[in-house]
Amino acid sequence: MSNYVYPRFPYVCSAEQKSGETRRHPVVVIGAGPIGLTAALDLAARGQKVVVLDDNDTVSIGSRAVCYAKRPLEIWDRLGCAAPMVGKGVSWNIGKVFFRDQLSYQFDLLPEPDHRWPAMINLQQYYLEGILVEASGRSPLIDLRWKHRLVSLKQTDDHAVLAVETPDGIFTMEAEWVIACDGANSDTRRMVGAEFKGQFFQDRFLIADVRMKAEFPTERWFWFDPPFHRGQSVLLHRQSDNIWRIDFQLGWDANPDEEKKPERVIPRIRAMLGESAEFELEWVSIYQFACRRIDNFRHGRVLFAGDAAHQVSPFGARGANTGVQDIDNLAWKLSLVLRGEAPESLIDSYHEERAFAADDNILNSTRATDFITPKTQVSRYFRDAVLDLAQHHAFARPLVNSGRLSTPTPYVTSPLNTPDGAPGCGAMAPGSNAADAPVTIAGQPGWLLNGLGAGFTVLTFDATVTAKELSIDGLVARVLVVGRDVADTKGLLAERYGAAPGTTYVFRPDQYVTARFPQFDEAAIAAAVRRACGRPGTVQQELAA
Amino acid sequence: MSLILTPNISDTDDFYAELIGSQRELSEDEALRMNARLVLLLANHVGDRATLSEAIRLARTPGG
Repeated sequence: MSNYVYPRFPYVCSAEQKSGETRRHPVVVIGAGPIGLTAALDLAARGQKVVVLDDNDTVSIGSRAVCYAKRPLEIWDRLGCAAPMVGKGVSWNIGKVFFRDQLSYQFDLLPEPDHRWPAMINLQQYYLEGILVEASGRSPLIDLRWKHRLVSLKQTDDHAVLAVETPDGIFTMEAEWVIACDGANSDTRRMVGAEFKGQFFQDRFLIADVRMKAEFPTERWFWFDPPFHRGQSVLLHRQSDNIWRIDFQLGWDANPDEEKKPERVIPRIRAMLGESAEFELEWVSIYQFACRRIDNFRHGRVLFAGDAAHQVSPFGARGANTGVQDIDNLAWKLSLVLRGEAPESLIDSYHEERAFAADDNILNSTRATDFITPKTQVSRYFRDAVLDLAQHHAFARPLVNSGRLSTPTPYVTSPLNTPDGAPGCGAMAPGSNAADAPVTIAGQPGWLLNGLGAGFTVLTFDATVTAKELSIDGLVARVLVVGRDVADTKGLLAERYGAAPGTTYVFRPDQYVTARFPQFDEAAIAAAVRRACGRPGTVQQELAA
Repeated sequence: MSLILTPNISDTDDFYAELIGSQRELSEDEALRMNARLVLLLANHVGDRATLSEAIRLARTPGG
């Protein structure tokens, strides 16, 4: 029923399987979904060789994850993939919430002017994966292997031994590090015996992708208890190619096999769109969900990312968006460790920072779910009261929760941060992801984030600084001087960074602020970089000072 | 601000009569819906989070 033609990627028998000679790879990624492919691209961008194994030979079946937020787009831009995603996707800002047949509440993600990327795009997952597969194909460092299924995994102190099944049988490979991006039902997670605990929600949802020429604007529409689907919620999103995602809440008693049948689905859509609506069903799926996370993102040499590490309800688009940020956090750390530029213990901060973010996502996602699916009659009364009041009174509108859309979680408690040296400088405290700003670089209009580069970067508002880079025990941090290297043509850089003359920021390779100071102090910057790399002795040096 | 637990309503009998009277014509379901709206309206008026938490805690314990 779909017009989209799924590509078939060729299976190739690897040289190591042919020869029977066991090879040890620096990094093996399990799963070529959005998270696994992003991991490969990010590591390759940092000069690392990566093998990606996928048990299938095509992209995502169905549109699945649909909404991608600004921060993942910034990450994918670093990897050269954001422009085609935004080009193919649909950008949107307005969300409307209806209660029965009335508009209850409307929000505007209102992208701040002078940001490069939209607040949110909708794009079918198969297109997104297609773009990432293509980009991977351009990198000589990425070895993408289709029809390769991990069947067992054992670990020693310094590597993992993987048994992998292909159409040519089973062979063994070794990996210094494994990144498991094999989804919510991760086999890898079972192989290491990790716990994956949380809350299951007793509700079922029907997703239908519908091809139609519709009058709906490009907005997120969410209905509570609409006349065409009484007692339940419905969500409508536009995707590219005139495909619309409709999400019907069905309740716990619904029979998933029955509800998937077109003769059950089509009348529901007809009730919503009207008898005369012309549409084609593209894809139908029934899901239920849980909010849970893995006990530790690191199990020895196996690192978990994306849904393999955490699962959330879909309300708020916090699944894939969070997974991409896992990789953003992990890739630079793993790359430093592989190069011997940081101790292996730096990898433990991946768990600390991303488990903190996962818990924040789970909290938000659970709250939205409790609003959408009240657990008791009395909580339903409160929910309905909020929706009812929101139609007439502004005070109730912020209480309406049809999903709080994904934004980055600042790593406020991270041990990698240097205590804030310039707390008077506004919101960009250590642990925050860098705010973008339009700047002029080498005479060309551009964006701060594109100027930050792959390693540590120091941004200083001290015009007297002459250093181009700082060398810190062999690590190089680039120095960007505002006025010398970047021109703050609109004054927005200083505004967004609360800068006074002398204010100096230190960014990590993932574009997070790790330290800021009121002046350019080389010793303080060096200490901050050492600390962000988890180099031993950092804390002792501080104590001695 | 902390939760006011001393008499603070000027004409208490009149207020109580108004509260009960406002629900006289309502079904149980309608009255429960009204109560939910009333809680939210008053909560927003109070606004202060610590005060709201104190009220929730006291209300949760029968007899306060």
